Amino acid sequence: MTPLVETRNLTKHFGGIHAVERVSCTLHAGEVVGLLGHNGAGKSTFIKVLSGVYPADEGEILVKGEPREFDSPAEAREAGIETIYQSLALAENLDAPANLFLGRELLTPWRTLDSDRMEHEAAKVISRINPNFTDIGKPVRDMSGGQRQTVAIARALYFNARILIMDEPCAALGPGETRMVQDTIRRLKDEGIGIFLISHDMADVFEVCDRVTVMKNGAVVDTVNVADVTEEDVLAMIILGEKRGGRA
Amino acid sequence: MRHWLEKAGFDPRFTSLVLALALIWAALALATDGLFLTPRNLYNLSIQTCVTAIMACGMVYLIVARQIDLSVGSQIAFTGMVIAFVQVTWLGPQAPFAWLLSIALGLAAGMALGAFQGFWTAYRGLPAFLVTLAGFLMFRGAAFLVADGQTLAPLADAYQRIGGGVHGSLGPTGSWVLGGIACAWIVAQALYARRSRKRYDAAMAPAWADALKALVTCAAVLAFVAVMCAYPDPGSGTGKGIGFPVLILAAVAIVLAVVATRTRFGRHVFAYGGNPEAAFLSGLRTRRVVMSLFILMGALSALAAVITTSRLNSGTHSIGQMAELYVIAATVIGGTSFAGGIGTIPGAIVGALLIQTLDNGMVLMDVSSAKRQIFIGLILIAAVWLDTFYNRRLAR
Repeated sequence: MTPLVETRNLTKHFGGIHAVERVSCTLHAGEVVGLLGHNGAGKSTFIKVLSGVYPADEGEILVKGEPREFDSPAEAREAGIETIYQSLALAENLDAPANLFLGRELLTPWRTLDSDRMEHEAAKVISRINPNFTDIGKPVRDMSGGQRQTVAIARALYFNARILIMDEPCAALGPGETRMVQDTIRRLKDEGIGIFLISHDMADVFEVCDRVTVMKNGAVVDTVNVADVTEEDVLAMIILGEKRGGRA
Repeated sequence: MRHWLEKAGFDPRFTSLVLALALIWAALALATDGLFLTPRNLYNLSIQTCVTAIMACGMVYLIVARQIDLSVGSQIAFTGMVIAFVQVTWLGPQAPFAWLLSIALGLAAGMALGAFQGFWTAYRGLPAFLVTLAGFLMFRGAAFLVADGQTLAPLADAYQRIGGGVHGSLGPTGSWVLGGIACAWIVAQALYARRSRKRYDAAMAPAWADALKALVTCAAVLAFVAVMCAYPDPGSGTGKGIGFPVLILAAVAIVLAVVATRTRFGRHVFAYGGNPEAAFLSGLRTRRVVMSLFILMGALSALAAVITTSRLNSGTHSIGQMAELYVIAATVIGGTSFAGGIGTIPGAIVGALLIQTLDNGMVLMDVSSAKRQIFIGLILIAAVWLDTFYNRRLAR
């Protein structure tokens, strides 16, 4: 089966720093792949290349088998890649519908914003993720962490993303909200969406991921099935940067 | 109180601004034995407000998007000199439609100045504060060079009417018709908004609150028309009616308010101001947005220059001095926040009206120009203090 996304020797340098070095990995439909590694291992740069923020220096991105180049975040979105950044990338002064449709606003026949329809649609998709979140008309700055995360996820879902990149979605959340996000990830997976998940929390990773790709110093250490390894194995890969059994 | 106001759909900031203005008007009426509230003075006040208010509309956009333009006063001087040069030196004021061409070229010049500043700010990443400080110096110098420091006069007869002087207003019939149309539009908007929200079962302010808002706005419009018509025009002998500069301001304000709240571009300006990184990551063309804001500001400065030169019936390189400070003060008093992402066009217009009111009222009270400057400076500090106070409560 053709993977949803495949990268081949993807490379990104900043001056002399090899932020991402020949990274090859795949993501299939209905699969959650964890991206692990220390801070500075290159995970964030890798997903920024995938989501069109930085152009790649070398290597290829294939979406459903076709080579693609992204010059802007908008182009990556058009290819069906939605990214939920750790910062969530929400405008604090705008409400949930305005953020959800930012850059892809619904318009009336007179080319003006169709605010009422956007509010209606936003309420529908948000209630699917987090039924307790109803006062969506308040500005983001007045929202809780879980509500913000809901808006960011809703933004990715509404536009029928096939490929979802989530950067530390649970880092700032309480246990209840973390469960909400994990449930959402499982449901999306069942719908056939492929997800790259960046996380530092091992329990989180083993809870939802099918495979994990471990990075160190910009390069891939190894990619393994979660079912075949223990948390200790993965930790060793992250810390030592060696393939499992590499020392044997 | 604040919560209650918001529930009824009133913006607490705008409401308190209007109440403050009403208080100041009442105080000035008492202090000047009613001189302040005469039709003659209010007509003049309406004209004086327009130059500041038109530019403040553009400044709202810039400050909302975390930019600033310190060069608007110099832009008035340069574009005003371009306009006067076209009419007086190049084509001659009697040439047919020279004044129309001069306005077009003035607008083009203003947009060129804006594009220059926008380029360095948006595409080269220099801080707007410094780029426009350079513009402040350069454009004033350029204004001097247009006619080697000379004053160019007189301007075309038709052109002189734009400034609101003799024959410079709509007359009573036209003013009442326009006032009626405005009221009908206000009511229609309120009804349309309610119907649209009902269709999607969206939350709605109580009917009485919407009715009260529409009623107060219509009453203000009609009272304004009545007062303007009570001031006789020395040319025609009838009442003056709404001055042409006010019509220009109204057109600018309506267009920019609609763009701010109901178009994609306006939404992107506010999103950029709220979180520039988020705007970029959401795929917005943020540089182009910032660039177009400076161009818009240049065009509005040129419009302000049209009114100013028309009132003076001449072009001189010294016009628009300190305009940038009045414009920025009006914008901030009108509730636009330097933190970005917050600001309204109606707020800025009321802010401009408040500043001109103080200026005008103090002139009537024989306060010296030095003391007026001190007082307006203090008002600005008070407004900014209120802004930080309000923001701290938001952040809490």
